[in-house]
Amino acid sequence: MPLSFAPLVVSLVLADKIRKYARVNSLQQWEKPLRYTLVFSVFLISTEAVLSAYSITKWIWHVYLIAMIAFSLEQKELRKLRMFVLAFVPFEIVSLITDLAEVINVDFFSANETYFKNAMSLTYIWMVAILFSQNRQFKAAEKERIKRQQEDELNKAIAIRKVELEGLVAERTAELTAQKEELELTLDELRSTQSQLIQAEKMASLGELTAGIAHEIQNPLNFVNNFSEVSKELLDEMMAELDKGNNNDAKEIASDIIQNLEKINHHGKRADAIVKGMLQHSRSSSGQKEPTDVNALADEFLRLAYHGLRAKDKSFNATLKTDLDANIGIIKVIPQDIGRVILNLLTNAFYAVNERKKLNIAGYEPLVSIRTKRQENKVEIDVSDNGNGIPQRVIDKIFQPFFTTKPTGEGTGLGLSLSYDIIVKGHSGELRVETREGEGTVFHIQLPINA
Amino acid sequence: MVKILVVDDERDIQALFEQRFRKEIKNGELEFVFAFSGEEAITYMKDHDQEAVLILSDINMPGMSGLELLRRIKEKYEVPPPLVMMITAYGDTENYSLAMQLGADDFLTKPVDFTALKEKLKAKLV
Repeated sequence: MPLSFAPLVVSLVLADKIRKYARVNSLQQWEKPLRYTLVFSVFLISTEAVLSAYSITKWIWHVYLIAMIAFSLEQKELRKLRMFVLAFVPFEIVSLITDLAEVINVDFFSANETYFKNAMSLTYIWMVAILFSQNRQFKAAEKERIKRQQEDELNKAIAIRKVELEGLVAERTAELTAQKEELELTLDELRSTQSQLIQAEKMASLGELTAGIAHEIQNPLNFVNNFSEVSKELLDEMMAELDKGNNNDAKEIASDIIQNLEKINHHGKRADAIVKGMLQHSRSSSGQKEPTDVNALADEFLRLAYHGLRAKDKSFNATLKTDLDANIGIIKVIPQDIGRVILNLLTNAFYAVNERKKLNIAGYEPLVSIRTKRQENKVEIDVSDNGNGIPQRVIDKIFQPFFTTKPTGEGTGLGLSLSYDIIVKGHSGELRVETREGEGTVFHIQLPINA
Repeated sequence: MVKILVVDDERDIQALFEQRFRKEIKNGELEFVFAFSGEEAITYMKDHDQEAVLILSDINMPGMSGLELLRRIKEKYEVPPPLVMMITAYGDTENYSLAMQLGADDFLTKPVDFTALKEKLKAKLV
C-alpha cells in the first residue's frame, strides 16, 4: 500500500519555507495557520497509514496541496516566494492528471504509464532544479539581508553614540563656557589688581620721597622763619632810627627789609613748588603731554631721591653729579610719568651704590650721576651709578613685572617694568641698560622730541 | 676781629648771617666769609692760610660733604687747628658721633637758633 510521501514532503517544505520567510520579514500573522498546516499534514499522513486509505486520502492531498499553492501564489506578502512555489506546480498538476487518468480510463493509463512516469520524473527534476537555484538565491538574499541588518545595527549604534557624543559636547561646551566666564572674571580682577598695584607702587615711591620732601621743605621754611624774624628786628631798628631822625639809615634798613621780603617770598614759593611736585606725583597721571623742563625735573628728583634715602639710612652718603645740557629746551612729555621713571632709576642707583658700600671696599666712593643731552631730534637722559652692576643671569628679567632683587617687602618689582612702559609705550622712546659687574650701571633714556 | 668761614650750599645763608650778625659785624667783633661748597672752602683756606679761626659747615652738600671737609681741615691744619662747628638738618646720632670722631668742636642742628649760636661763638672765641 503506497503512502503519500511526496505530497507530505511538498507540504512540509512549502510550509517551512513560508514560515521562515514570515519570521524573517516579521509576518507574525502567518505563524499560527502554518502550524495548523503542519499538524494537518502529520494528521493526514497518519490517517492514511493507519486506515490504509491511500485511494481516498490522495485526493485530499491533491486538494490540500492545490489550496496551499494557490493560496501562496495569491498572497501579496509572499510575492518573493512565487518562484519557489512554482517549483511544486508541475508536480501537483502531473500527479493530479496521473491520478485522474488512472480513475477515468485505466486502459489508457496502463498503455501510457511510461509517459506518465517520465512526466512525473521531469516534475521532480524541475522541482529540484528550481529549489536548488532558489535556495542559492535565498542564501545570497539572506547574506545580503544579514549584512544590511548589521549595517542597520551599526548605524543605529552610531546614531546612539552620536546622541551620546552630542550630549557630551553640550556638557563640555557648558563647562568651557563656565570656565571662560570664570576666567574673564579673574582677568577683570587681575586688571583691577594691576591698576591698584600701579597705584601702590606710586605710593611706595612717594613714601620713599617723603623724607626727602620734608628735608627739601625744611630748608626754605628755615629761611622764611629766619628772614621774617630778622626783618622784625630790622623794623624795630628802623623805627628807632626814624625817631632819631636818621632818615638815611632808616632807608638803608628799609631796603634790607625789602630784600628780605623778596627772599621770604622766594623760599615760600620754593616750598610751594615742592609740595605741588609731590601732589603731582601722587596724582594719577593726566596722560597729557605738557611742555616740560626735563633738567628741572631731573634735578628735583635727584635731590628728592637722595634725601629720601638719606633720611631712611642716616649713614648713607653718595656723591651726586649732574651734567645737564642747558640747550635741552622744553620738550613735550607727561611730566608725572617721566618724573616717576627718573625717580625710579635714581632710587635703584642709590640702592646699588649703597649695597656696594656695605662691602667695605677700600677707597670706594659712591657716585650717582644724571646727565641730559640734547641730540638732533631726541633728548637723552642717562642715570648712572658705580654700584655692583647687574649680574648677567638676571639682566633679561629686569624689565619684567614683579622681578626684584631686593629682599621681600622692599621692592614691588614693578619699578622698571612700569618705567619701560612709560618710556617705550607712552613716549615712543627707548630705555636701555648697560652694566658691568663690579663697575656700575647706566640706564639710557631716549625721548623723541616730536613725539 | 674774628673771622668765621661759613660753608653751605644755600646761597641765601650769606644774607641771613650778615643780617643776624649785623651788630657784631658793625662793631667789628666778627667777620664772615662764605663758601658754597666743601671744595670752595678748601680753596679759601689754602689762599688765606689760617685767617679763619672758626668754620661753620653744613654737612649735606653736593660734592664734598661737610664731614669730608672737617676731616681734611683737622688733618691738614694741625697746630692750632681752626674750630669747626657742624650744622646739619639731620641731627642723628650717627652723624653726630662721626663728626665728633673727626674732631668737630660742636654740632648744631637746623633750624639754627641764632641766639644760642651767638652765645656759643662768644664762649668759644673769647
